[in-house]
Amino acid sequence: MGQTLFDKIWDAHVVSSNEGFPDILYIDTHFIHEVTSPQAFDGLRTRGLPVFRPKQTVATADHNVPTWDQHLPIKEELSRYQVDMLTKNCAEFGIELYGLGHPFQGIVHVIGPELGITRPGGTYVCGDSHTSTHGAFGAIAFGIGTSQVEQVMATQCLLQSRPKRMKIEVNGKLQNGVGAKDIILYIIAQISAAGGTGFAVEYAGDTIRGLSMEGRMTICNMSIEMGARCGLIAPDETTINYVKGREFAPKGEAWDEAVAYWQTLYSDEDADFDSILSFKAEDIEPMITYGTNPGMGIGVTQHVPETASFEQKEQGSYKKALDYMGLHDDEQLLGKPIDYVFIGSCTNSRIEDLRQVAEFVKGKHKADNVTVWVVPGSKQVQEQAIREGLDKIFDAAGFPLREPGCSACLGMNEDKIPAGKYCVSTSNRNFEGRQGPNSRTFLASPLTAAASAITGVVTDIREFLSESEFSELEN
Amino acid sequence: MATKIFKHIQTSVVPLPIENIDTDQIIPARFLKATTRDGFGNNLFRDWRYDNEGNPKTDFVLNEPIYSGKILVAGKNFGCGSSREHAAWAIADYGFDAVVSSFFADIFKGNALNNGLLPVQVSEDFLAKLFAGVFADPNAVIEIDLVDQFIKIVATGETESFEVNPYKKACMTNGYDDIDYILSKKELIAEFEGR
Repeated sequence: MGQTLFDKIWDAHVVSSNEGFPDILYIDTHFIHEVTSPQAFDGLRTRGLPVFRPKQTVATADHNVPTWDQHLPIKEELSRYQVDMLTKNCAEFGIELYGLGHPFQGIVHVIGPELGITRPGGTYVCGDSHTSTHGAFGAIAFGIGTSQVEQVMATQCLLQSRPKRMKIEVNGKLQNGVGAKDIILYIIAQISAAGGTGFAVEYAGDTIRGLSMEGRMTICNMSIEMGARCGLIAPDETTINYVKGREFAPKGEAWDEAVAYWQTLYSDEDADFDSILSFKAEDIEPMITYGTNPGMGIGVTQHVPETASFEQKEQGSYKKALDYMGLHDDEQLLGKPIDYVFIGSCTNSRIEDLRQVAEFVKGKHKADNVTVWVVPGSKQVQEQAIREGLDKIFDAAGFPLREPGCSACLGMNEDKIPAGKYCVSTSNRNFEGRQGPNSRTFLASPLTAAASAITGVVTDIREFLSESEFSELEN
Repeated sequence: MATKIFKHIQTSVVPLPIENIDTDQIIPARFLKATTRDGFGNNLFRDWRYDNEGNPKTDFVLNEPIYSGKILVAGKNFGCGSSREHAAWAIADYGFDAVVSSFFADIFKGNALNNGLLPVQVSEDFLAKLFAGVFADPNAVIEIDLVDQFIKIVATGETESFEVNPYKKACMTNGYDDIDYILSKKELIAEFEGR
């Protein structure tokens, strides 16, 4: 019996495996940020332990940082304290910090890949559920709690039971205007917010193969939204070309050796998956969520489901979600007025996302009723966007380009959506209050978000696209 | 380091029959700015529990005096979303020792186990019985035994067994800690790094 990609990487990182115990898994790189690390550092101090492998630990400040006037001190006292605490802890324990003002600062799941730290075959963890993003490189990457952050700091290892393996194949040609975000929102809507729980999910099929690294990261990023432990995609030429030449990518002979190894990283033909699901790319419309978990998504032209279509015991939770969102049974979101558009987050804030949005909005202007925030994923993305003149296009369209951070994805900084307001957001979660107390989130792709900003209502991007004009916007 | 020991409890329960309760509801992100593990219980289910002015919402179960106890019983897919361990800290800090649901999100389950908070996964049928029992009698008593791995509705004697990872069970019943365990294998880590 052949092996899955997941098992090949897992087996290569098992330090110790004992019957009745979880495996001790070696972690190649531990990413940390200001929110989930302070209690772990305190734990080390209580135990009198150092960080075991500080050079395999990478820190950045992202969740609390302002996205405007970032050079000024953080106004909000608790946020400033938490970011300062990270700086002090990193200095005390000898950890490299890409903090505010550093050219490598940014959302932890954007900077790892763009710096060449995230590579095929590796193991990556972070006290952050969207660590699944890094699996796009053909790596095992998942989010952990703070006790586990302390565990990895103390030992560079993690106790983990091996999850089951699931393969999700997507084959066929995507409709024009449909991209990676729509694919993953579609998959989650099909299998529910719990459909991947207990599984490591490998995405495969020619549609997935055809995606850029940015698109693959968007897919793997949201693996956690269906409950999966992690998501991964076998590395190929696209992966290798992306990693090559990046800041911390292997160079010279080490590069050749690395590539030779990466080329062995795929699921064998006869590999055994616990579950296999297949979807057709042609079936996927531009997607939008209407509810309060990412599984509550529909094609943008479809109607919100009827309460009666759910089992009796599920109806209470469903009705609660619709009430929160201010929606009713069978409502169509298409044409519904919106208040905010947020383009950013670890799901959709990479240079390709910004290029795609800029290309679309060039020569257009946002509707008066909409406030738009474009938040780049990192300092490098921001600077690249400025070098390419995207900031000028955004400014002319009324889409100010802000500074990097997690921003309105979870509103730990000032970027909060006000109570009762609707936001079309390229982020990953539509939970109650996620973007600010009583805010209402419609998750969608960058193109759907941009088109909705222009019209002021929930919009089908396909209305703007003719086959020839925007063929390059397919992915 | 020693952690909290859990073997057996017998108590009334707090029912929360909502599905897909995510960790943003358990503890909203704006309360994650604390740098210690203490005090999160005050903001447990903050936006369901209090209105915008900070007044208790009388129809939320934690504000209903007839319900109390050391066990939270909730709908399926409890603890989905963010990996924030603050969710487990908040539930434990509020005074719960166990959470019962028909399905738990992975990361939450691990976080709970690392904090002496026992996640007990039961069948949909048993969960329905638990809810029915507590809505019929808010003082209904439930017994959870980790050593023998069962949950029992005391009044009716209805019992269901539950699964728990044997290693985590040993940790919880003895107060063992993951880091101590891995550190006891430190020579294997050095050996691995040398490969």
